[in-house]
Amino acid sequence: MPEGTLCNKQPIDTAEGITTLLADKSGKKYYEEMKHLEVDSDLLWKTIQNTCKSRIRTWLEICAHCGMCADSCFLYQVDGRKPTQVPAYKIQSTLGEIIKRKGKVDADFMIHCMEVAWSQCTCCNRCGMYCPHGIDTGIMFGYLRGLLYQQGFVPWELKIGAGMHRVYRAQMDVTDADFVDTFEWMVEEYEEDFPGITVEVDKENADIMYTVNAREVKHYPEDLAEAAILFHIAGENWTVPSKGWEQTSLSMFAGDWAACKMQVESVYGAMERLRPKRMVGTECGHAHRATVIEGPYWAGRKDGLPPVESIHYVEWLAEALRLGKLKIDPEKRIKQKVTLQDSCNYVRNQGLKNAAREIMSYIVAPGYFVEMAPNKEHNYCCGGGGGFNGIGLYRAQRNQALQKKRDQILDTGAKLVVAPCHNCWDAIRDLEEEYEIGIEWSFLKPLVIKMLDIPEHLKPKEDDL
Amino acid sequence: MYAVLTGPVFYLSLAVCFIGMAVRFYLYFRGLSWQLDRVAYKAHPKAGFNGAVRSIYKWLIPFGTYGWRTQPIMTIAFFCFHIGAVAVPLFLAGHNVVLQQKLGFSFPTMGAAMADFLSWMAIAGLLFLVLRRLVLPEVRILTDKKDWGILLLTFLPFATGLAARYQAGDYGFWLTTHILTGELLLFAIPFTKLSHIFLFFASRAQLGMDFGIKRGGMKGTKMAW
Repeated sequence: MPEGTLCNKQPIDTAEGITTLLADKSGKKYYEEMKHLEVDSDLLWKTIQNTCKSRIRTWLEICAHCGMCADSCFLYQVDGRKPTQVPAYKIQSTLGEIIKRKGKVDADFMIHCMEVAWSQCTCCNRCGMYCPHGIDTGIMFGYLRGLLYQQGFVPWELKIGAGMHRVYRAQMDVTDADFVDTFEWMVEEYEEDFPGITVEVDKENADIMYTVNAREVKHYPEDLAEAAILFHIAGENWTVPSKGWEQTSLSMFAGDWAACKMQVESVYGAMERLRPKRMVGTECGHAHRATVIEGPYWAGRKDGLPPVESIHYVEWLAEALRLGKLKIDPEKRIKQKVTLQDSCNYVRNQGLKNAAREIMSYIVAPGYFVEMAPNKEHNYCCGGGGGFNGIGLYRAQRNQALQKKRDQILDTGAKLVVAPCHNCWDAIRDLEEEYEIGIEWSFLKPLVIKMLDIPEHLKPKEDDL
Repeated sequence: MYAVLTGPVFYLSLAVCFIGMAVRFYLYFRGLSWQLDRVAYKAHPKAGFNGAVRSIYKWLIPFGTYGWRTQPIMTIAFFCFHIGAVAVPLFLAGHNVVLQQKLGFSFPTMGAAMADFLSWMAIAGLLFLVLRRLVLPEVRILTDKKDWGILLLTFLPFATGLAARYQAGDYGFWLTTHILTGELLLFAIPFTKLSHIFLFFASRAQLGMDFGIKRGGMKGTKMAW
């Protein structure tokens, strides 16, 4: 059987396709079919010849096999320092081998590559900073994921996730109408507490166009209201687009580059339509990476930049606090040991280490903020990055991967972890569930709202209450 | 034999090495693609240049980067070996006499004591790297025959050179084998992992541009990646 009915080389482009695949619980039949999925070696080799150019080829060739990358990888550390978890080995024995064999590999080998690409690398890019030759294995695994996706060897959830982007331009089945309705409804809920609060959809020439993670719409609508409250109190001239509001990209995790392009172009389309001064994205790491850092390249933008200046939520919040648009009541600052999770996607991969620390300096009483070690660009992945959180097939490996973050948090002695990233937030929630170390975790928005010093004119009037 | 090795083969080995590497350098940079690599090299030349220079410079300095500092023993062995392996061939007085004769130019030279010291330091560093390959599981799993071949190719010119230097046995024999193995090394550079002698600069420059342009440099990060 060259192609399965569920597991095949075709991307999912219809809502029915998504429903059908979802009905195959945990991808049981999907993975069964994968064992018999034929590898199109000609296509594989042709794709490699067209897309694997001097950067990756040189990396694979000049790797000195020195092993200095070993200790940089948290998955190597938590897996009993197994030599097979050394980054250089992982990529040489997968992508390196496919190239060596000119694409002539079988389904078993591709399934092995899939396991390595999605359960032994979160594309955190930490190893790239420890290689004397500057070899970034995370980038190569991203590339390998693209080859595997093209051949149909991709974890079930990510095949679905990429399909969601193709069908809904969102990582979940959230329609544009769902988004607008939910946002408006959530804002209405707070009209009494914050008189004058409103969300204007599709307002042109606003100072800020806000974009989100579809999970917020579906599972955490409170987050939308919190964003609105903070923009309202800060007096921002802001809007949300009715189309192109989703910043995330499970297609990036899946290696579905065509879907990545479709998704990011929907956001850029909104920018071009509404012409805001800036785009601000929610507290998500990979969403920022996809839309702001990698997205311009998928969309073919030669300057490597989105159509308008696009910043992460931590940059906006730090600025609002710095400029006094938002004021913190010193009495309400955090007075317990608290630590900060640096997201790989916008700290290691865009250098935004200072913004979140600046925010911490406003919201934490002096002496209570404890850094993780290592931190900033050298911080370890939360344990669930690169799609790892969402893949049922590799849940055991993911849970093991959480141990590094668990130990880092335990070493700080903090009982509260600030995680301005959905993936990190999820991973830390799961690590508490798995290992019960007695911690709490939070995004920035709810913490800041609780300690705001709200100007009189924005407070509800006595007789309104 | 001696005449052939110091005549045509000498010129040929240098030509193969330098022309070969010039070609590889050209092909490397021609093969960079802003869209495939997802780095806007041309759009931000200044940020790219700064990132590339910083990345190369810091990694050339012992303990210059966080990466070097986290593995101090490896760093010491690495630099002991590489400083000797670069400085001795280039700045040894004897080599420069030959260079002057054959090519009409020469580099500044170092004293014999310094050359001895650096040579032994390189050998010691190399032996440590060998030991590491044998002992550490994370390095052993990566090691293949080619890695041993390269270590041997690098070791031989040093060993034969030192044997000639101390006139152990037949000086003429050691000198001839020294020239032979040295030329073999030059021939091998463009076609093996030894190409890193040059491609290190290319690869580091690329990652430096990547971080300098896309991954932090334009947000004001000044670290070396």
